[in-house]
Amino acid sequence: MDSSQILSVTVIVGILSAGIRLASPYLFAAIGEMFGQRSGVLNLGVEGQMLMGAFFAFYYTVQTGNPWLGLLAAVIVGAVMGFAMAVVSIRWRAVQGISGIGFFIFGVGMSELLFKSLLGEVKIINNGFNPINIPFLSNIPFLGPIFFQQNLMTYMAFLLVPISWFILYKTTLGLKIRAVGENPHAADTLGVNVAGIRYLTVTMGGVMSGIAGASLSIANLNVFQENMTAGMGFIAVALVYFGGWRPLGVMFGALLFSMVMALQLFMQVFNVTIPPEFAIMLPYILTIVVLVLTVGRVRGPSALTEPFVRE
Amino acid sequence: MKDYLNRIILSKRVDGFLPLLAALAAFIFGAIILLIMGTNPLTAYRAMFNGAFGNQNALVETIVKAIPLLLIALGICIAFRAKVTNIGAEGQMIVGALIATAFGLAVNWPGWLVIPMAMSIGFLGGALWGAIPGALKAYFNVNEILSTVMMNAIAVQLMNYLLGGPMMDPQQATALGKLPETARLSSAYHLPRLMPPTRLHAGLIIALVLAVLVYFIIFHTTLGYRIRAVGLNPFASRYGGIRVRRQIVIALLLSGAMAGLAGAIQVYGLNYRMITDGSPTGFTASAGYNGIVTALFGGLHPLGAIPASFFFGALLVGANSMQRMTQVPSAFVTALNGMVVVFVVSAAIWRELRERKRRLATVSAAPVPTPAVQESGQA
Repeated sequence: MDSSQILSVTVIVGILSAGIRLASPYLFAAIGEMFGQRSGVLNLGVEGQMLMGAFFAFYYTVQTGNPWLGLLAAVIVGAVMGFAMAVVSIRWRAVQGISGIGFFIFGVGMSELLFKSLLGEVKIINNGFNPINIPFLSNIPFLGPIFFQQNLMTYMAFLLVPISWFILYKTTLGLKIRAVGENPHAADTLGVNVAGIRYLTVTMGGVMSGIAGASLSIANLNVFQENMTAGMGFIAVALVYFGGWRPLGVMFGALLFSMVMALQLFMQVFNVTIPPEFAIMLPYILTIVVLVLTVGRVRGPSALTEPFVRE
Repeated sequence: MKDYLNRIILSKRVDGFLPLLAALAAFIFGAIILLIMGTNPLTAYRAMFNGAFGNQNALVETIVKAIPLLLIALGICIAFRAKVTNIGAEGQMIVGALIATAFGLAVNWPGWLVIPMAMSIGFLGGALWGAIPGALKAYFNVNEILSTVMMNAIAVQLMNYLLGGPMMDPQQATALGKLPETARLSSAYHLPRLMPPTRLHAGLIIALVLAVLVYFIIFHTTLGYRIRAVGLNPFASRYGGIRVRRQIVIALLLSGAMAGLAGAIQVYGLNYRMITDGSPTGFTASAGYNGIVTALFGGLHPLGAIPASFFFGALLVGANSMQRMTQVPSAFVTALNGMVVVFVVSAAIWRELRERKRRLATVSAAPVPTPAVQESGQA
């Protein structure tokens, strides 16, 4: 295939459309993580929560034939894992960086264990969340296929950006979350329930990570494999830093990564002469570069990773 | 009498048993999972135990599994002492093994020269892969947990590319299966076996010697003192004239070096070629992650890592026999390891509370009342 074909309009539309679709798991996970970090808790178990969410969503979709029940299962398992992380880091004040790694390892092992004993082999489903063409809008040339022929979970992921912005900056709850993450002692003095807010954000972060996993297994790929997230959960945590702990910034970060992913997939399809291994490396190298460029530019929540003890 | 009992219960030595209690909690949790899955936990755990300790060969396999875990755990101890969380042992092990293997395949020198050089090269390869996130943390304030995870993924792709391409065994390149593995190292370069029919190799001696050496470095040298000081209080260390950034790089560098050496030993002592199965953990068998679990379980103490690595080696070997006997996939042990980490770090709060109780006990026993009241007021 020569270069003129690679740059044809259909291919560009294909890359952009795939890029939008691939952003959804990053968005769900990173926005959930953003709320946790804004309240002062660093949850590094996102990867494990995503894997568990992906498995349960897939399994229940296969069992019931209804992707909504699959999504519900992902929400429940995400909530359970998020709550466990909350208890460990809030009540037991465990070192957050390491306890998160524990949940990551647990999620990797547990999802593989369940996959091998309940499903046994890789299956592909066709009853996940399939693409929905939005009337009229989807017929617009170029823009239609890019933005308005996506699956439901992609629409939800992008809808989440303004919603989370509104919650974080325009509601009392958002103010409390930010206060708890910046200065828990001051917030406590003013009667904010520090632990309660953190339980809420970390549990919800788990739910979002579970949904992120579901968006992989029952919307984007329609398949479950062991360790299928391949570091996406950690990239999502990096995106929170990159996005400067703001919903819009997180969204641009997610889009940057998903576009690189889409480009890499197309490069593999078109047999560009770069070995595929180097193409797969791209998002990970990009993460490191992005972290170098962003950290220090924006300041994170002051009380991040610090357990709160009332004196 | 009551005082005496109190002293025993509050003694620092009891703290050493907290990881054991945490592991017990993880095992109970695992038993619940097994019950839900319809397997008798006692049967499963017995299969694990027999698989790990049942006969001489099982015991040897347990030790063979423990060698890379011990080396990696030693590295993790160094990093964690400086409050640097190194999740990158997987990648560091891969890079160390890749470079050491490439060296062994390229040269044609006598074994007594090649083996120590290959070990050093593996050490340096891991050091390089660890120093990069170390420098990024020290000079650009990049979160080392994220950068090391990314470095893992990059190393895995590098390995998949090299083992499936430039470094692939010429025989495999023409074969149908095209297994991603290198050619076999010349038999002159193999690490000696300690009990010939079994797979027990000299890597055990290297790992044990290094455990003592790392203990000595951490607790009895200036370097170790600086690393620990940075971990305890970077601001005070800086005030005291320690170059904090440099210590962070050194800690991650040494940590990576240990993992790199583990990779080289895995190749030169066990498989005699570098081999993977296409999955990210195909070469390491998750030793990089399990090494973290081992280090935490050993209380982040180099000597504690010795029994801890034996324990987790047993767990891994036992998992395989459990899979054969009870059809419970060996991934069960990965889940169990995750829970061990969670429980071990959660148990730290008990240590903190006991420390406080101890302080209060000594304060209340003090003869002069006035300063005692002040001190307990502060606590």
